[in-house]
Amino acid sequence: MQSAMALSFSQTSFTRPNHVLGSSGSVFSTPRSLRFCGLRREAFGFSTSNQLATRSNRIQFLSRKSFQVSASASSNGNGAPPKSFDYDLIIIGAGVGGHGAALHAVEKGLKTAIIEGDVVGGTCVNRGCVPSKALLAVSGRMRELQNEHHMKSFGLQVSAAGYDRQGVADHANNLATKIRNNLTNSMKAIGVDILTGFGSVLGPQKVKYGKDNIITAKDIIIATGSVPFVPKGIEVDGKTVITSDHALKLESVPEWIAIVGSGYIGLEFSDVYTALGSEVTFIEALDQLMPGFDPEISKLAQRVLINPRKIDYHTGVFASKITPARDGKPVLIELIDAKTKEPKDTLEVDAALIATGRAPFTNGLGLENVNVVTQRGFIPVDERMRVIDGKGTLVPNLYCIGDANGKLMLAHAASAQGISVVEQVSGRDHVLNHLSIPAACFTHPEISMVGLTEPQAKEKGEKEGFKVSVVKTSFKANTKALAENEGEGIAKMIYRPDNGEILGVHIFGLHAADLIHEASNAIALGTRIQDIKLAVHAHPTLSEVLDELFKAAKVESHATTRTVSEKVVV
Amino acid sequence: MAVSSSSFLSTASLTNSKSNISFASSVSPSLRSVVFRSTTPATSHRRSMTVRSKIREIFMPALSSTMTEGKIVSWIKTEGEKLAKGESVVVVESDKADMDVETFYDGYLAAIVVGEGETAPVGAAIGLLAETEAEIEEAKSKAASKSSSSVAEAVVPSPPPVTSSPAPAIAQPAPVTAVSDGPRKTVATPYAKKLAKQHKVDIESVAGTGPFGRITASDVETAAGIAPSKSSIAPPPPPPPPVTAKATTTNLPPLLPDSSIVPFTAMQSAVSKNMIESLSVPTFRVGYPVNTDALDALYEKVKPKGVTMTALLAKAAGMALAQHPVVNASCKDGKSFSYNSSINIAVAVAINGGLITPVLQDADKLDLYLLSQKWKELVGKARSKQLQPHEYNSGTFTLSNLGMFGVDRFDAILPPGQGAIMAVGASKPTVVADKDGFFSVKNTMLVNVTADHRIVYGADLAAFLQTFAKIIENPDSLTL
Repeated sequence: MQSAMALSFSQTSFTRPNHVLGSSGSVFSTPRSLRFCGLRREAFGFSTSNQLATRSNRIQFLSRKSFQVSASASSNGNGAPPKSFDYDLIIIGAGVGGHGAALHAVEKGLKTAIIEGDVVGGTCVNRGCVPSKALLAVSGRMRELQNEHHMKSFGLQVSAAGYDRQGVADHANNLATKIRNNLTNSMKAIGVDILTGFGSVLGPQKVKYGKDNIITAKDIIIATGSVPFVPKGIEVDGKTVITSDHALKLESVPEWIAIVGSGYIGLEFSDVYTALGSEVTFIEALDQLMPGFDPEISKLAQRVLINPRKIDYHTGVFASKITPARDGKPVLIELIDAKTKEPKDTLEVDAALIATGRAPFTNGLGLENVNVVTQRGFIPVDERMRVIDGKGTLVPNLYCIGDANGKLMLAHAASAQGISVVEQVSGRDHVLNHLSIPAACFTHPEISMVGLTEPQAKEKGEKEGFKVSVVKTSFKANTKALAENEGEGIAKMIYRPDNGEILGVHIFGLHAADLIHEASNAIALGTRIQDIKLAVHAHPTLSEVLDELFKAAKVESHATTRTVSEKVVV
Repeated sequence: MAVSSSSFLSTASLTNSKSNISFASSVSPSLRSVVFRSTTPATSHRRSMTVRSKIREIFMPALSSTMTEGKIVSWIKTEGEKLAKGESVVVVESDKADMDVETFYDGYLAAIVVGEGETAPVGAAIGLLAETEAEIEEAKSKAASKSSSSVAEAVVPSPPPVTSSPAPAIAQPAPVTAVSDGPRKTVATPYAKKLAKQHKVDIESVAGTGPFGRITASDVETAAGIAPSKSSIAPPPPPPPPVTAKATTTNLPPLLPDSSIVPFTAMQSAVSKNMIESLSVPTFRVGYPVNTDALDALYEKVKPKGVTMTALLAKAAGMALAQHPVVNASCKDGKSFSYNSSINIAVAVAINGGLITPVLQDADKLDLYLLSQKWKELVGKARSKQLQPHEYNSGTFTLSNLGMFGVDRFDAILPPGQGAIMAVGASKPTVVADKDGFFSVKNTMLVNVTADHRIVYGADLAAFLQTFAKIIENPDSLTL
């Protein structure tokens, strides 16, 4: 099951600094909030959150008959019954964030319940990272098999590659089911009570779920996640104008699809669709594609992932109106200039995918009962995920993690936040360093990053008075990459030459998503370059790309070296 | 690939050790690479070029201390595109990595001297930068005169005279430059636009045949005179591997001394490609003698009204096809075939240096006079290379007539994508015996049809020919 958590996050939009949630072709007039070090306190951009109610998939569950309260006994690990509360910890939302928190809570000896109004696994497992990885696995292979030149350079001969759409769709669906079951079983096995029904906060330490079940807990974590954000003017019919929720079912492969938003959701889908034979048109509100990535990386990524493929794009425009295909007419997209709002163009395509980011799913949570006012739907929290009420004071015993707080909309970030909260409620103060949380985009090749981008680091260096250096290496210089005929790629590290601190690492190339963790761990643990450069990497592996970065970095000689562990005689 | 920006001037930081390369560059002074030399008349380093100072050469940069030559990975800008200072123009691959070359100057990329995938020594001009739009042309001509690699476009042959219609090879002709009429907005798919740019096809001149009349990649390919590439992968996987054992023998005899080599024109290449493609279709042939006395009489009558023999034959074929739709069908993927919704008769026409097949659409429905009129118009357009793609590539059946040269019979090659082609010989007086044993002399013409045996069988073709002969022998229905 751990694998489930590691399965990345693609669907949960990440609100990295500067990675504008509204990397979109639509109504965001707000400029990118370039908060430079790290995370903006709250993500922005959604004018109203009540519009979400219509899309909420929770509602339907009110009508579900069975609230099977899983009565798994607490004999096997779920903590001892508390004195005055039903539970030590109640988590509302069984996505990856809630799941991570629940497992850790049981480990800490807390009696834990998790409430889910939809299906266990949340967005990531059911409508996000997990099924999208299944589609991307297919697209990666298709791309490889179709690339005659690539095959020839291996000396391989492959007859024309084709695919069965339903088969591909089934693979994605089966994977989601499997991971969902794993997730459910992992919680059941250790005795987490899974309560079915829509959960809401009734008051301090009191939660309602389903129709009228009221339970109490010492601490409550809200982990209700997010839903695809659809800007106004766009009519989603689920067939020709779709969101990622629909696209992941792969009910059709349109000949020509417009993707609104060129963030990583849009980028990943462009990879899938073009590999399956579609042509793609990107609509991006900002002036360049792939906002939020390190500029150098996005430039290279555009050259590899966009330009040679059957993709064109319109930047600096909003999709002010999108009408689904009907009456024998194609999908119509009206574009207006992002700045002047003047009409610019009209597109006729076969389908449109709205990938403009994600909106928090916090409506109907009973937040008013604890005087909490959401900000554009997001629940305000402090750096310890403690919920802040309308007057700016902390609400005791109430926490919010994951997409619902908008700090960093990634599945593994939610999970990390959940674990951090459990650490706190079980008596150990903990503040999560969001700058050490890696992010990845699973295109072919992949893009991954951790920490600051080069412009952010420079700005920080100027402000705080330290020097910033950059070191780069090419995958062309890596033996393993060349053996795979995948020399396309670059890795860059941004660091402080005075003390050897790693500020950010960005990778574009084969298996970049797997490679980033050496850097993210180093940042999380505070490992300095002068120390890590002495570590050994197996040869020949892709990990030598990072080795190369560490070794090429020039740290000033006065920087202190951590004493390497005691010598062990072998 | 590309390690963009910075640092190839800071070669000191390039580690030569190992096979690896890494670029350490301090962030602050961003060393942007540019290799431009202004070619003033005074500096005549490359041949005797006298280029005005406003036109600058873009040189192959030295990206590392060991680099002696570089390969152009891709041109980021295309000819004629405007450049702003600091923008990347071209990606160059050195012995170590790919890098962007950026411009120091504003201007226009006037000409690409070294194309993508080609190699040039360090310091050689790879492109020209013009300061103003007006200078682009001038720069281009310089480029053409100097470029070792062929930048020059294949020149389209001069408007050829249309004569008759010999060999049945069917070509997608050279690029057609026609002005599209109507104010309708052009809708082209992303790949179509890319291809148009690549093949320098004016997208506005392409007729769209895709859904909602949009221009698709294959429309552009057709307009560019290249056969559509293998259909992009779609749910039903394309047919199994192609026929093996292609003639790949390279032991061709040496050329005789003083022989001249003439490269194919675009049209000849297209013909050649189509002919090779036709080899993958199993064809067979059926011949039939047709008495033309009545037709000849009719022709004499309607000739003054502008009716041509071509129109008569096309009309007759069209009417016969209407009764035998399978002969008008096409088999494209080897797995299914399609009955075409209309009967479009392509008629092979020889033009100077090539061959083209203007199409008489709905030949079964239009009357003789309209057909004749249409034919004249098509021939005129073919002469002036004004044919629109749909006017030469929409045929469902082809007619090739060599009768006017006295050819009595011949055998046509089936063009890819069609079910059958008819080769018409000369009509001449022939002694025939009737069933009672009486001899007489009648004008007889031999027609020979080549068909795709995957979809058209012998009996189908025989029945079709019988119908055709009946129509020719009782041609009154042609004038109805």
